[in-house]
Amino acid sequence: MMDLASHDWRGMNLRFMKREIYQTLDQAISPIMAVVKLLGTWLSPYSCKVIWALKLKGIPYEYIEEDLSNKSPMLLQYNPVHKKIPVLVHDGKPICESTVILRYIEETWPQNPLLPIDPYERAVALFWIKYADDKNPLIPKLYRTTGEELEQAAKECSEILGTIEEHGLIEGKKFFGGDEINMVDIAFCIVAHWLGVFEEVAGIKVFEPHKFPKLNSWAQNFKSVPVIKENLPDADKIFAVLKRRRETLLAPKSN
Amino acid sequence: MASGEVKVLGTWASQFAMRPRIALNIKSVDYEFIEEKNLLEEKSQLLLQSNPVHKKVPVLFHGDNKPICESLIIVQYIDETWSSGPPILPSDPYDRATARFWAAYLDDKWYPAVKSLGIAEGEEAKKTAMAQVEEGVALMEEAFGKCSKGKGFFGGDEIGFLDIAFGSFLGWLRVVEKFNGAKLIDEAKTPGLADWAERFCSHAAVKDVMPDADKLAEFAMIVVAKIKGLGLAAQSL
Repeated sequence: MMDLASHDWRGMNLRFMKREIYQTLDQAISPIMAVVKLLGTWLSPYSCKVIWALKLKGIPYEYIEEDLSNKSPMLLQYNPVHKKIPVLVHDGKPICESTVILRYIEETWPQNPLLPIDPYERAVALFWIKYADDKNPLIPKLYRTTGEELEQAAKECSEILGTIEEHGLIEGKKFFGGDEINMVDIAFCIVAHWLGVFEEVAGIKVFEPHKFPKLNSWAQNFKSVPVIKENLPDADKIFAVLKRRRETLLAPKSN
Repeated sequence: MASGEVKVLGTWASQFAMRPRIALNIKSVDYEFIEEKNLLEEKSQLLLQSNPVHKKVPVLFHGDNKPICESLIIVQYIDETWSSGPPILPSDPYDRATARFWAAYLDDKWYPAVKSLGIAEGEEAKKTAMAQVEEGVALMEEAFGKCSKGKGFFGGDEIGFLDIAFGSFLGWLRVVEKFNGAKLIDEAKTPGLADWAERFCSHAAVKDVMPDADKLAEFAMIVVAKIKGLGLAAQSL
């Protein structure tokens, strides 16, 4: 990097000067500005999980909105195996799969920890994060199905909520993380916010507050946390998109 | 630190139950292996009580702690608890992310394809499932090249997290090869993995817990028949 202050500018042509200055500034600024990038979509819960983790830890990042109907070359290059968002890029190296990303963030920026330190407590937290990861793909079936399939999806969803209510939540604890949210709370975000939209789109009610009181309490608390509240995609906007998707999916196929 | 008795509840044939056993062997931790006798048809009280959510093996019992479930979570717990022993997870966060990414791919995408191949009926179904299984193996060959950095294991000089995650499938992979007359890991197609597989299976921490291939093949026939007979979903495996 050239030392701008002591450089001899006399006799140097203007274009060359400008180029040298910009390159020097770019080298100084890039490491600070573009170190963390996130490829995501505004309505994806998986994308939101990463945003929340970055914000809770105060990590600046550049956000890039992907159009999944027209995937960018960058996305395909960074995630050739799954071709999905979110992808976190740190110092040019991509990390894929939201839970893998969150654990990477946790280990790279340990401030404001999102996992317990004690190995046993951590194992319990990871168990519930895995449970959420395994069951999350089943919940959107609510808005994608109808008739018998929808009934089956609703039954599965109810069982999932029941398991969390019975085994996952501890009476008196505000969050899975205790007094503050942690990675487990984040993992169950679909239950807290997106599930309500799926129910509206499908015209079916599964998450009844009186059936799952602890879970209901938790969901209200979770959505009131400032970082979550300020970075939650608008339910009406999600509704509009998913309603259209449902109509397309369930439209009678032409022969 | 790490005090108290250690027990692993599992079955001799379960690739998932093998994982914590390998991890404990790496750390030279003594443990009692409790065999779940009739996993498919009649689960024991111990299993139902210690893993009420999934009712699956393995389960780890350590001292007074409540049971820990999910094989790879148990492996990570073992790594953190007996931290003075040889490390299982890589030390660099990016390498850890890579190992976790592939372990998740194996359990969530690849292994379900292996299971479908096991119970597939008809040529078309078998072909589709086989293609998915082969694609996964090709990806792992590439991953091995990148992760091992010229050394003998995914973890480098020593067995690590991804070696355990993938290596535990080798017994069943050989059964799939046998039943389908196919070669999935061999010197020609996957030279890196072929050498690695031999190294892994003969490793001191692995050889006593890797089931005998013929015994496993015999057992596989019984399992497949039961699954089809009982009309169970492949998820129960």
